[in-house]
Amino acid sequence: MSRENGVIIAGAAETNQVGKLPGYSTLQLHVEAAVNAVADAGLRMRDIDGVATVNAPGPVQVAHELGITPRYLDGTGVGGTSFLLHVRHAAAAIRAGYASTVLITHGESGRSRVGATPFPRGASSIPGQFEAPYGTAGPTSSFTIPVLRYMKEYGLTHEQLAYVAVAQRKWAARNPRAMFRDPITVDDVLASRLVAWPFHLLECCLVTDGGGALVVTSADRAADFAKPAVHILGTGESMDAPMISQMADFTESKAFRLAGQAAFAEAGITTADVNHLMIYDAFAHVPIYGLEALGFTAKGEAGAFIADGNTEPGGVLPLNTNGGGLSYTHTGMYGMFAIQEGVRQVRAEAAAQVPGVDISVVVGNGGMFATSGVLVLGRQPG
Amino acid sequence: MSAPGTPARGKPAPAAQAKPVPEPTPDTQPFWDGCARGELRLQRCRDCGKPYFYPRPICPECGSADVEWFPASGRATLYSYVINHRPARGFEGDGPYAIAVVQLAEGPRMMTNVVGIPNTPEDLILDMELQVTFEQRGDISVPLFGPAGAAR
Repeated sequence: MSRENGVIIAGAAETNQVGKLPGYSTLQLHVEAAVNAVADAGLRMRDIDGVATVNAPGPVQVAHELGITPRYLDGTGVGGTSFLLHVRHAAAAIRAGYASTVLITHGESGRSRVGATPFPRGASSIPGQFEAPYGTAGPTSSFTIPVLRYMKEYGLTHEQLAYVAVAQRKWAARNPRAMFRDPITVDDVLASRLVAWPFHLLECCLVTDGGGALVVTSADRAADFAKPAVHILGTGESMDAPMISQMADFTESKAFRLAGQAAFAEAGITTADVNHLMIYDAFAHVPIYGLEALGFTAKGEAGAFIADGNTEPGGVLPLNTNGGGLSYTHTGMYGMFAIQEGVRQVRAEAAAQVPGVDISVVVGNGGMFATSGVLVLGRQPG
Repeated sequence: MSAPGTPARGKPAPAAQAKPVPEPTPDTQPFWDGCARGELRLQRCRDCGKPYFYPRPICPECGSADVEWFPASGRATLYSYVINHRPARGFEGDGPYAIAVVQLAEGPRMMTNVVGIPNTPEDLILDMELQVTFEQRGDISVPLFGPAGAAR
């Protein structure tokens, strides 16, 4: 990527609170996040000429609520990673001249379900015919299915899987906004209620309310904003299968691998260049799959890598430093919060700040390993 | 590790909740017609020979539209599973139940439930051999899998 057509994140903010917010509708969460992000960039709403969000409520509803008529709309909705794809598409749109300043919003009343979209899955859909009849009850009973195969093939232990939650709680303890902050042990995790064996409650993400938003614009304006620009150095997107039963390989995420390869190639980086990492953690096994798919560890070694302390405070590869979906917040489509923490770390304004973050990588997941977006964020233009 | 039965949270479910019944579509109708006759059908590409599942109009391997249905052996091995403690609608009375993915002898994988054997980690061993069986739900016969060699 040449410097003359670089793209940056100029504004980033979450809703004033995340957690249990029964007094907010889904749209109020979008609007509050949008207002906060535009203010964070030092802009006015009328400066925004592109809007992106998932297809429910969609960019038209959000833009109309904000009182603007953008010339670029993106309603990409491929699950919780969608916002990473919105960043990628916004970068392309800005380079193409379709927009100059794109606002990407997320708001989700995932816990309180105020003004929330019902989960659609008709009995005639493909998952309705070939998965729902077997008693799937949301992500806890489907996203989790591959891990037993992984455990048999690569020797991941129940204790190593549990330790993913322990490591992330150590980061959450440093984040005042995290929903769960008290330290936990492997024994605590394994003693928590079974949700879908081998997964216990503490190996499953939270369900919360909240939102976040981003302002993306061209890098030639990088000096115009109050806060340091966060340069979008590389992006990738990919997919695996629309149903967990059809995932190409139960021991690796094809979507993570392909999206990561694209993002690293565009940024011209290797894993050795990465100071900080966010991997969408709907469940404890997802960071393990992410570390291996992007080449941070060899296949089969990520569980031991985390259990050896490498990703927790003081470790060589700080991972999920907001506490992640397991301890910080998880509205249902968590990707926006992973990006927000990557931005905060590059700007050096995170609650649990890692020293000297020049490059942060954000790995998003959509559906049950169905889709992925990956972003390489940098302090410098590249 | 044992998997003790843990009651689901919340209010008791209304009585006689039915398990989900699939609604066939034109592209999947031959599969469900096969199930109604006690036959597990897959599709196969007549150009490249690849068998596949779930039902689709073109071959996922080579893109050919020259595909055909054929009766599968019904043999499979247990590929992976979870034991779900938060029952879906219609499963409230089953206790913790396995949601499994099996590897069919012909190659494709499919989701299923495992019947005829306790749904515990001790009894459900990966790669164990299974055989298709069918459960009637309304007008639809749903393919399930049980231990190979068990009386049908």
